[in-house]
Amino acid sequence: MRRYSIFAVAREALRYHSGWERAWRAPEPKKRYDVIVVGAGGHGLATAYYLGKVHGIKNVAIIEKGWLGGGNSGRNTTIIRSNYLQDASAAIFEKALQLYEGLSRDLNYNVMFSPRGLLMLAQSEHEVRGYKRTVYANALQDIKTEWISRERVKELVPIINLDGPRYPVLGALYQERGGTARHDAVNWGYARACDAMGMDIIQQCEVTGIRTENGEVRGVDTTKGAIDCGKLAVVVAGHSGVLANMAGFRLPVESCPLQAWVSEPIKPVIDVVVMANLVHCYISQSDKGELVLGGGIDHPNNYTQRGSWYTLEETTRALVETYPIISRLKMLRQWGGIMDITGDHSPIISKTPVRNMFMDCGWGTGGFKAIPGSGWAMAELVARGEPGPLAAPFGLDRFREGRFIDESVAAGVAH
Amino acid sequence: MLTLTCPCCGVTAEETELTYGHEAHLKRFGPGSTDAEFEDYLFNRKNPKGVHFERWRHSYGCGKWFLAARSTVTLEVYGTYSAQTTEPPAELIAKIKEKCPGWEGWQ
Repeated sequence: MRRYSIFAVAREALRYHSGWERAWRAPEPKKRYDVIVVGAGGHGLATAYYLGKVHGIKNVAIIEKGWLGGGNSGRNTTIIRSNYLQDASAAIFEKALQLYEGLSRDLNYNVMFSPRGLLMLAQSEHEVRGYKRTVYANALQDIKTEWISRERVKELVPIINLDGPRYPVLGALYQERGGTARHDAVNWGYARACDAMGMDIIQQCEVTGIRTENGEVRGVDTTKGAIDCGKLAVVVAGHSGVLANMAGFRLPVESCPLQAWVSEPIKPVIDVVVMANLVHCYISQSDKGELVLGGGIDHPNNYTQRGSWYTLEETTRALVETYPIISRLKMLRQWGGIMDITGDHSPIISKTPVRNMFMDCGWGTGGFKAIPGSGWAMAELVARGEPGPLAAPFGLDRFREGRFIDESVAAGVAH
Repeated sequence: MLTLTCPCCGVTAEETELTYGHEAHLKRFGPGSTDAEFEDYLFNRKNPKGVHFERWRHSYGCGKWFLAARSTVTLEVYGTYSAQTTEPPAELIAKIKEKCPGWEGWQ
């Protein structure tokens, strides 16, 4: 892999940019790999990357039924934060945030990480108490967040309407280090780094079956033939239940769509990320000037990657009452991704009933921000066969044992 | 938008008039069951990519619960039926089998 640098840009500028290499190859699958990662989204690629970088396992294939980064990692609203209530969540999301802070340098790929600051608006007395509690919890977790007044909210977000028709803004939970990154660049950066370590990224290759022998995984059947493996890491978000079904077990997960949409590009109007969980909308502005908008999930089980109009309408209503200036904007695109929702709205990074098969799923509506941390913890689990400190609380056994990591209540969102 | 016909009051209602109640026909395990059965009942779900049997409540109508068969891929509603049953009606199963030849069955 030729490194990207200012010298490379200068060199290529002098020869009509004819020397840029492909960022990754398009190889045919080999007969066998030490580890097969199913799913070339952010989480899958990050798992492979840290398997190679931290644990020295480089005979790895990442197989993907569609195209690289075409699932939820290309469909989210790119928000990054680590202001969670529960210690286990705070640990893994903070690990992710710290890795994001150095990711461009680590991958030699500009992921455009932008720690522009993130606000979560409190619009009811309940939310005020909830977020103040989160600030105290974060202080104990060594994560800096603060409670800010409504006047400070107005300073940070001049376009906001503090006295909304339904709920006034009473203050906000503010994480200065939160922000956004360019989602495609995160996928592409990891993919390029994996490829440079000799890993095979095999796109357009759907897993059709999981082969096991005496309760241990042997390989996968795919649309490009059978591939053997020593260990199998399944990192497929919305389709986790489908793959678990192939291996003969069920998951505490249900799949449903979450939508996002973007407006036409306008001049800069908002330079922070703002989430309003009571009316349920979130907003940020991309570098191109588009407002990136999102809201709540559709509840009925659904694998279609599109949501319903009434969800779109509810969120748009919340956005317009919170930011009246956007009421006349045209929307350019709208899309959906399939969320894998668990009962306690926390992820699963776990061993499975099949030996040497591991699953990383259940990130639901908050997966993008976790990509590096999830990959780090999953790689540790796959390499050692046992979870490290980050992954240990997120095992499948937590449901049987009643050790929920309840972020659904803590988020205060009507999930 | 999904439209479902409530078998209790006969009204064809839009999704916004209804509340989703997740997987139907769960067999309840309680005292005397194994831990695995109890866990399975409480948490684990079929979450199929295909035909899904599910509960709905006609919240802004008659208020009653009913059951429905729906595809999670095409969003086609195959039919709705009374919640006072432990398994889907035979004619509904026959209809789904005809429409989806490869379907594994509701269990």
